[in-house]
Amino acid sequence: MAMYFALPEEEVAREDLLMFINACLSCTGQREFYDDAYGQKVSLDFLHDYILGNYRRLYCRTLAAGINHFNQIQIILKLLATGKDTKAEDREEENNLITSALHNLPPHRAWKLLLQIRRRGINNRRARAIAKHYLNSREDRLEFNAVKYRSKLQAIATHNHFKLAPELNNFLFRRWDQSFTSELFEQFRAGHYSAKAIYNLPFTVAEGLAVKHNIPRDRFLAGIEGQMTAHEKLRLQGSSEQAGTKVEIDPRRLPLTKLALYILSLPIKTREQKRSELEQAIQTRIKTILGRSPIKFGRVCAVLDRSYSSSGSSEKRRRPLGVALAVNYLLAESAQEYQAFWTVPVSDPLLVTPRGQTNLADPLLSALASEPDLVIIISDGWDNDPPAATAELLRVYRGKLDPQSKVSIIHLNPVFNADNYNLKRLSPLIPTVGIREAEDLPIVLEFAKFAEGKGTLAELEEYLGDRVKQLLQG
Amino acid sequence: MAKKIPLIETISLKGLEIAPSQTWGAVRLVPLIRKQPRTDLRLFKREYDSDLSVVSVEKDCRYISYVPHSLVLSWSDDGNPIAAAGGQLITEGKKFACGATKIDLLHRMAKRESKNSLRILPLHLAMEGFLAMYFQGSAIAWKEYSKQAQSHGLSPRTEWSISGRSIAYLEDALRIFEIHEHQVGVLLFVSETLASAFVVPTPEDYRALHNSLLEDFFGETLYYQGLYGIASNLAATIDADKVHNFDDLTKALAKMRNDWSSFQGFMAGDILDRQLQSKRIYTAGAFSLQRFITDLNLEQNNYIGEAIVDDASHLQYLKIYGLTRTQTKRAYLLQQLAKHDWHFERTAQAQGDTLEQLVRRMEKLGFGYLINNQLREKCRQK
Repeated sequence: MAMYFALPEEEVAREDLLMFINACLSCTGQREFYDDAYGQKVSLDFLHDYILGNYRRLYCRTLAAGINHFNQIQIILKLLATGKDTKAEDREEENNLITSALHNLPPHRAWKLLLQIRRRGINNRRARAIAKHYLNSREDRLEFNAVKYRSKLQAIATHNHFKLAPELNNFLFRRWDQSFTSELFEQFRAGHYSAKAIYNLPFTVAEGLAVKHNIPRDRFLAGIEGQMTAHEKLRLQGSSEQAGTKVEIDPRRLPLTKLALYILSLPIKTREQKRSELEQAIQTRIKTILGRSPIKFGRVCAVLDRSYSSSGSSEKRRRPLGVALAVNYLLAESAQEYQAFWTVPVSDPLLVTPRGQTNLADPLLSALASEPDLVIIISDGWDNDPPAATAELLRVYRGKLDPQSKVSIIHLNPVFNADNYNLKRLSPLIPTVGIREAEDLPIVLEFAKFAEGKGTLAELEEYLGDRVKQLLQG
Repeated sequence: MAKKIPLIETISLKGLEIAPSQTWGAVRLVPLIRKQPRTDLRLFKREYDSDLSVVSVEKDCRYISYVPHSLVLSWSDDGNPIAAAGGQLITEGKKFACGATKIDLLHRMAKRESKNSLRILPLHLAMEGFLAMYFQGSAIAWKEYSKQAQSHGLSPRTEWSISGRSIAYLEDALRIFEIHEHQVGVLLFVSETLASAFVVPTPEDYRALHNSLLEDFFGETLYYQGLYGIASNLAATIDADKVHNFDDLTKALAKMRNDWSSFQGFMAGDILDRQLQSKRIYTAGAFSLQRFITDLNLEQNNYIGEAIVDDASHLQYLKIYGLTRTQTKRAYLLQQLAKHDWHFERTAQAQGDTLEQLVRRMEKLGFGYLINNQLREKCRQK
């Protein structure tokens, strides 16, 4: 115990913060292969409360660290609920951060967040002002949002005492007896009386009305296909086929990780048939990512975990494998020299499946033997063939063969381990960083140097400060 | 006529490799790998939905138990590969409804169904042998035996066991277990005690039967070991002084695997290093189905089980059941009685006991009903 007391306060703060950011990068409170959803939620919630109570300013700045939407929402809600603890000098920054984080969220998540404010009984001037500001900023798409998220908007308007335009007010509060001047509202009204009118509405709204009009599922899906978003099409791949009409999806419209997950959801035969289309889609996506933030690597090797546990859970289907596959393609395009080593070798990454044991030591050794500049390991950290062999291998490798750490080795972990509030590490000698989307790779690698224990707390704070500036300016 | 396959004397893992284990809670699962599986022997699972099965073993002898599934064995005589047709196509036996209870009537523990297929009731085959063992009774009507034993024989002989579902963590351990490529079997440890061993002919069969371990029965002590025990944290290390280049590291990793393999073999010593007493049940082409029991050593864990070996004495199928202490003692007592022609005094003398001690022992082990009431009263007074 003496050791813990001897740790300087700064060191403790740095470790706490690293732990928290790591959790926020990977955890979404959903079920994982080894943990249940409840455990994940409880563990993460505790971590949020702990950091909020002890390091409020840094907690707030984490919003800019590139963490996932789920955790951004948690942070905003917790900050709004405890507004009176904010110090006067931090108030402005906190407000700005909350506002810009909220505005960067996808609309469905942002509206849900505002709804959560009501559910959690948060009612203060700041929360109301932020909701109002968001509503005003959505002015140009407000009608569409009102139709698509009607129940949420209605609840938010009630909670915040919004003074809405008369027509919007009538629409939200079910005064539908007279016709609207707005075209979209009028279509929505007509959809209640005519089965033909529903096909101009957003898919989720039309779906409910289709049931009301007793429209057969296959006819409805064929008619509404034009109104579906890419995600809706993705979600309906299986069930639309069952219903009798296949909703066609354009893989080029999916983000990289979603695309990888879509590929993994296809049977091997289909992947082979659609090979050129899928590979083209991957290339297009990667070009856009690299165009946005150009990353250049030298000689890179990746050790990728495709063991059975990378199949994820029923809530995060094949997510760890999807991240590995997406990173594989991203690195292949952005590195001068690239080699991938899977835990069970695959001839073609497009045909990869979650199968077999986790043997990280052998592929890692092959990767190190090819003398790269950077080795990226993507795994949930459950090394079992043999157990903890990677830790042993790295200990001897760093001790005898590479004492100056010329080769940097980074472990990216897509899975949060609820038991110890952290990601499962492979070895104390290499940094472990959370990852949820392959698109975040540049941010995650930047953050890895702190996870390695090289940076001090001051540097970490400076890094977060820079990210905050970037977010607020951009 | 091919040479007859000899009886199994010890369980040898020839042709199988032991891979590093995976643990969850108190459960440790050790994979067994077969690089070159045979293709002319397959096992399929057939599920039963009855609450109770009555198996007619021989004339006037029934085996009654809950039987969740059976295994159907298919083989080819000419070594050609067997296609994976399911075991569910045949409906067998008679079904009865007894109130809310569904009862299956099955015929024999191992029953041939067509020219090249055999249905066996896994573990029940071994358990039936265990129950019948040393339980024939004496040809002489010793006066110390009770009236019931003298007029109706010794039966019924009963044993209790628990289902795999009642062992804590086992269900999760099987769910999260990462099945190796080429894996054909598993050694199951609960709190580092060997609880079961399971081997099948091919990796495909294993994938299909992996979860059937949950439906097997286990000794009741494993319930407590699963609940209160823990799997220890084993680790193999690399000697850093011997490593100077990548080749050394590769060798060190291989050695690490070897260490794991041999240590886990040592952990399974209770079954691997034991002399077995085996009995041939069925000969199917080049394969021999046998059941066995370890030597009933009271100092060690004892097992019963069944196995299929081929003409090269490679293990193609194995399933074992770990006897509890009491079950071992019961079998040992019956063994001793049978050895001395079921005469109480002689049995007691041979073990250096008095008659009273033997009677008390029999009563404690549940065989009191075999003893004449007068003798029991007399022993109780002393």
